[in-house]
Amino acid sequence: MTRIFKALLLLLVFVYLYAPIAVLVVNSFNQSKYGYKWSGFSWKWYQKLWQNDALITAFNHSITIAFLAATAAAMIGTLMALAIYRYRFRLKKAASSALFVVMMSPDIVLAISFLVLFVALGMQLGFWTLLLAHITFCLPFVVVTVYAQLKGFDDHLLEAAQDLGVNEWGMFRTILLPLLLPSILASWLLSFTLSLDDVIISSFVTGPDYEVLPIRVFSMVKVGVSPEVNVLATLLLLISILSLIVFSLLVRRKSL
Amino acid sequence: MTWPNVGIALSFRQTVISLTLGWLALMVVAPHALVLMTSVMTPNSEHLAVWPLTFDGYLKVMQPIYFDVFFQSLWLSGVATLFCLLIGYPFAYVLAKQPPWLRTVLLVLMMLPFWTNSLIRTYAMKLILGKKGIINTALVGSGIIEKPITMLYTEFAVIVGLVYILLPFMVLPLMASFEKLSNELVEASRDLGANGVQRFFTILLPLTAPGIVAGCLIVFLPAMGMFYVADLLGGAKNLLLGNVIKNQFLVVRDWPFGSAFSITLIVMMAGLLWVYALANRFVQRQGGLDDENL
Repeated sequence: MTRIFKALLLLLVFVYLYAPIAVLVVNSFNQSKYGYKWSGFSWKWYQKLWQNDALITAFNHSITIAFLAATAAAMIGTLMALAIYRYRFRLKKAASSALFVVMMSPDIVLAISFLVLFVALGMQLGFWTLLLAHITFCLPFVVVTVYAQLKGFDDHLLEAAQDLGVNEWGMFRTILLPLLLPSILASWLLSFTLSLDDVIISSFVTGPDYEVLPIRVFSMVKVGVSPEVNVLATLLLLISILSLIVFSLLVRRKSL
Repeated sequence: MTWPNVGIALSFRQTVISLTLGWLALMVVAPHALVLMTSVMTPNSEHLAVWPLTFDGYLKVMQPIYFDVFFQSLWLSGVATLFCLLIGYPFAYVLAKQPPWLRTVLLVLMMLPFWTNSLIRTYAMKLILGKKGIINTALVGSGIIEKPITMLYTEFAVIVGLVYILLPFMVLPLMASFEKLSNELVEASRDLGANGVQRFFTILLPLTAPGIVAGCLIVFLPAMGMFYVADLLGGAKNLLLGNVIKNQFLVVRDWPFGSAFSITLIVMMAGLLWVYALANRFVQRQGGLDDENL
């Protein structure tokens, strides 16, 4: 493949991936409500967004769930990776198969299984059911990421610690945790991203008490999506770019 | 800070193992067992599903109308998967050849749109493909066509949407395969006089087979479940399996039937996983890669 062909391919794929985002960003400044034609620059949708309580609430819910689910998944997933890497126990094979199934399952299959579980347990659909479901679908990605780094470790380090009389918890806290930090952070970011992106699982496991952004927007599609959504999308893009810059600076500092 | 040293060794280990097994039993094994159970129960308007054991749910799946949905889903997902592969394969190849820092930047750029939820992006796709959308406006405006082309609410739009949402999931496993591929093999074959086509079919393609199968697996079945893509871009028709399942669960509330559909999907997944295992074994026998991460 020639250089020009390669560059062209990269360009075309990224145009495809970013075209819808560009439409949202441009329309957030568009005077027109319907977003098909440019009819002049305006900040009015930005002002209107602050009065749209339902949308703001849904946005906050999405961010809250993504943050909590990513944090919990990063913690639980790290411990799971450790268990699978370091310990021998019954049903270990079953545990890694279960994680593999979650990773490979279509979202709709997971969504149904969560819904059936929560209804069988008599749980009210809302914050907790949403959080539990999101943690669970993020877990395998954390385990895979952290496990990959664990495998690259020098076991002698752990053996030395053991010889010095450090117990398992101490070893985890003083040696493994600091060393695993890069992969834990990376898997946190991936979990946060997957949680924010999710539509299918959220639409099955949450109720009217705890609406998240995609559900809110989905209910608007039939009657017409309000332009404030474009503003939210633009803000999300801005936040994502800023956080990535902060994140990469943090990681660089850690690795030095 | 001092931490008590005695007796914690066992309990930390125990805690970690119990957490692992407990979480997976409650959130993965139990839910799937419940779906399997529901699929052979009788629908009930009050309790959703009640006991007398019946296979009616599965018999309904076999009904001609749903069979049609099944085949239409298979067809749409199949085409979407093929396009994901055709775009994703060369894209992943080019990505894998970049220096590490640039590769990371490009991968992050690929994932960044995820933050703007996929439903919102699909809605934006609607603005691009519509009759008065950007593509039509540009084509009519520049005089290439006279009347706008109908793209929205067609199978074409659904495929564009599916490929758009799922492409990154095809690229990631392919990237992993290309990264493991040693350059020496390709160079050796070049030294031995293999041309581009030969190198592709004898080295690249067989050694990236696990990545191809993994990518197709991660794209093909989920594509059948993407009800919102079909809703937004395909119109109000029940184009995908996901639309039927969602309808059965959230509107009609025939849970056994919906569960039977879900189990059917799981069985198909098992079949594809088996193919994946075969592909892996094939590559290992060729003396190439090992695949432990997936």
